[in-house]
Amino acid sequence: MCGIVGLLVKKPALRPRLGELMVPMLIGMTERGPDSAGLAVFTEPLGEDARKISLYSGMSEEGADFNWLGLGHELKEHLGVEAKIVAQGNHAILTAAIAPEPVKRWIKERYPKLHILSTGRSIDLYKDIGTPAEVAARYAFSGLAGSHLVGHTRMATESAVTPDRAHPFTAGEDFCLVHNGSLSNPYGVRRMLEPHGIRFETDNDTEAACRFLEWRLREGDDLETALQKGFEALDGFYTFLMGTADKLALIRDPFACKPAVVAETDDYVAIASEFRSLAHLPGIQHATVFEPAPEEMYVWNA
Amino acid sequence: MERMSFDLAQVPLREVNTFLHKDAPARGVRQVVVTNPDGAHNIAVGLDCPVEVEVHGHAGYYAGGMNKTGTVTIFGSAGTGVAENMMSGRVHVKGFASNGAGASMHGGLLVIDGDAGLRCGISLKGGDIVVGGSVGSFSAFMAQAGRMVICGDAGDALGDSLYEAVLYVRGNIKSLGADAQIEPMTEADFATVKELLTAAGMQHDPHDFKRVASARNLYHWNADADQEY
Repeated sequence: MCGIVGLLVKKPALRPRLGELMVPMLIGMTERGPDSAGLAVFTEPLGEDARKISLYSGMSEEGADFNWLGLGHELKEHLGVEAKIVAQGNHAILTAAIAPEPVKRWIKERYPKLHILSTGRSIDLYKDIGTPAEVAARYAFSGLAGSHLVGHTRMATESAVTPDRAHPFTAGEDFCLVHNGSLSNPYGVRRMLEPHGIRFETDNDTEAACRFLEWRLREGDDLETALQKGFEALDGFYTFLMGTADKLALIRDPFACKPAVVAETDDYVAIASEFRSLAHLPGIQHATVFEPAPEEMYVWNA
Repeated sequence: MERMSFDLAQVPLREVNTFLHKDAPARGVRQVVVTNPDGAHNIAVGLDCPVEVEVHGHAGYYAGGMNKTGTVTIFGSAGTGVAENMMSGRVHVKGFASNGAGASMHGGLLVIDGDAGLRCGISLKGGDIVVGGSVGSFSAFMAQAGRMVICGDAGDALGDSLYEAVLYVRGNIKSLGADAQIEPMTEADFATVKELLTAAGMQHDPHDFKRVASARNLYHWNADADQEY
């Protein structure tokens, strides 16, 4: 199983309410995914030269007591980087006017157990084990603001229940993917990608899909072309919901093995595995509700 | 005639289904209205008394499943497996239906005013399905008995490995499944389509429909086919 939710608000006035509107959607998918939950929220982008990096310390010895302040001092000392770190327990968002790669390399060497969740000008990412309600409360999801988000509740089938194997998965910058289903050729996809220098962090099948699509985007494909190549390269059952800095995209496998339903109003586009997660949304009685067709691309602009 | 209403925003579904199974027959309640279904699964499943259930809103999975004697009307869409394994009675979806509508039905009438998803009428064992819109791919897969009327289009592999169920399609068929073939309509077929459209409250000319049935080539093992059908 697994549950997928996505929400894109069309009116800037609704952006401060994005998290508040989404939390019941996420909790609505608890029966489909009780073991882990996560979400990626896309905010107003930083300037061209700035980046933010979401970090997770839950797999380090210190856990929620991780010394984030110390990390900031060390970054300044070793790399001369002036970073702003907003921490909340085992999660932190590091913002700095830098090229992110040297910083990420340094973090991986100095703190190998610190998990880098996402990188970009717009994306903030949170994921952890626990029920959707627990994870939502742990990171105060209801207070999140932004233009669109991608969320997931996990019932693990293909790899262990650990925070790094929870969804969303990310690759590159400002790109994330959540998955309901199971791929039958993730190792083939990995073997194809690894010679291109693409490295994997888990044994999770979804990570293969995420890195494949991000690789296509990085190679110059537009989102539609990348998704078309995804249809050809990825075998198995899937409903994929993807987020970029300015788009939400949804595809389903040719057999539509995994569910999805969309509700659209003048105010928002909401996506969920089942209508249960959409029922509470304002104005849902008058929303256009439809089931996305298999092997079709649905792309919404923020 | 007593009429009961349940608001699923206030009452757990189990209470509604328990009422339908035990209290409704005992008290002779013939009409039950369910509001705020909000996509809940298993609404009005296994009805075993002559009760009319109205569901106002979108239903989740398996609504009206295993129905025997009830009449279930959903004023909204239905999730996966609506009227799955219905034995008799009637289920009417006013909106669209998701995948596997009427799967493994043995009898009764399933009416879907909108589109149906993939695998509509899969393993149909009897009864009738009338779809006002189109059906997705692999519909009527291995359908053994019963009738389907599709007023819109059909997706890929319609009637794959069909047994003795008969399908009537008004629109385009993207592709037929293995062993399914288009056959000429007879007077009996026109009468059947008319009867089913009338029962479903739909108005189309039976002459616009094509008949799809089994070529029965898969019924017998053919050693010369070399597994190429």
